[in-house]
Amino acid sequence: MDPVLDESLPLLEAAALAYARNSEPVFGPIDFVLRAGEIVLVEGDNGSGKTTLLKVLSGLLAPTAGTVHLHGEPLTLARLSHQVALLGHLLGLKMELSTLENLNFAVGLGGIRAGITPKIALASVGLEGYEDQPVRTLSAGQRKRVALARLLLVPAGLWLLDEPFANLDRNGIELVNRVLDNHARRGGAALITSHGAYAYTSGTPRKLVLRVA
Amino acid sequence: MKPGTTTAACVALLRRDFKLIWRRRGDALSPLLFAIIVVALFPLALGPETALLARIAAGTILVAVLLAMLLSLDTLFRSDLDDGSLEQLVLSPHPLSLLLACKIFVHWLTTALPLLAVAPLLAQLLHMPADVLSVLLASLALSTPLLSLIGAVCVALTVGMRRSGMLLALLVLPLIVPVLIFGAGACDAAQMGLAYTAPLLWLSAWLVVALVAAPLAAAAALKISLT
Repeated sequence: MDPVLDESLPLLEAAALAYARNSEPVFGPIDFVLRAGEIVLVEGDNGSGKTTLLKVLSGLLAPTAGTVHLHGEPLTLARLSHQVALLGHLLGLKMELSTLENLNFAVGLGGIRAGITPKIALASVGLEGYEDQPVRTLSAGQRKRVALARLLLVPAGLWLLDEPFANLDRNGIELVNRVLDNHARRGGAALITSHGAYAYTSGTPRKLVLRVA
Repeated sequence: MKPGTTTAACVALLRRDFKLIWRRRGDALSPLLFAIIVVALFPLALGPETALLARIAAGTILVAVLLAMLLSLDTLFRSDLDDGSLEQLVLSPHPLSLLLACKIFVHWLTTALPLLAVAPLLAQLLHMPADVLSVLLASLALSTPLLSLIGAVCVALTVGMRRSGMLLALLVLPLIVPVLIFGAGACDAAQMGLAYTAPLLWLSAWLVVALVAAPLAAAAALKISLT
């Protein structure tokens, strides 16, 4: 965490947050608070606006109503800087490049945490020895692991993970849980969506339930 | 933690895009082949009359080069949109306009520069007088970056739509008419032995404006397209 930030303020605070596409409500209005060290599970049926919520929180979409505060400051795309990392349905990996080249690019773009290198990150998601493999040749689950390695590298306190358990085998799900626990212990926070099939298993996370609007 | 600098981000993006184009260098060659074939069609259609071909040479080459670049424009942000890299660019802490400027620069360097290199050959093909060649190269050097920049704004607007290729052409072509008029005008003037610096200076002035304004406009348009 950035030392200049006031730790007493919640990491993320949403008030009466709602989003509507062409005046059709997608989700909300919802209120919630996310503190440092917290993992919150966003649950909801298909079409209940989970992905849209993450996009609004990442700053990609502007909310129709309500406010989001990040460390007590209103959220704007310009202010997000290094604080939010989004892992969406699209992983943001280049198929033609190797895993290491993809991670090096992510580091160039987003900066790097202290004490970690792209190689260590790859090893810690179980992809040691795959450094020079083009992402094109990896399986869907392995690609997801590369995207998780990117999260480990970039210095973002808030993770927004859209269906992080999809495509992963049992080891992969354990890996995501371990990575999330470590992140929470370091003072980070995460908002993860799930349609309930694979859930976050360590501890009992707080849940945020979205209903189809 | 090290929050990467904007320079580092631009360097990383440039390296990645050059690497990607190098890995798919076959695709990068197609605009070049397209321009050569289009120019080669004119003598076939109009007959091998030297005077006629020399008269239309500069204009034909300019149009062929601009069309070839237009064909490659659609790919500028397409793959980044499809694999989610574009979201990561938008979410990065660096000015999006600067990152897009890097992408536009890569596009110009990898499509326009080969076209510029092959322009003397095309000029020979159409019997263009040798002393006009330098003017043609100058006007190509000024009009191709203009097309990359103006085109990038239009691509940013249309990237969210499927099958945006034809719409893109309809948007870009009217916008580059002035560029074409001044570029071809300079070559015409040179061919007739008149002063040709004024149209080239106009193109330079527009290029300066576009260099500043187009990346900003493209960034704004892209954010609209993503929502």
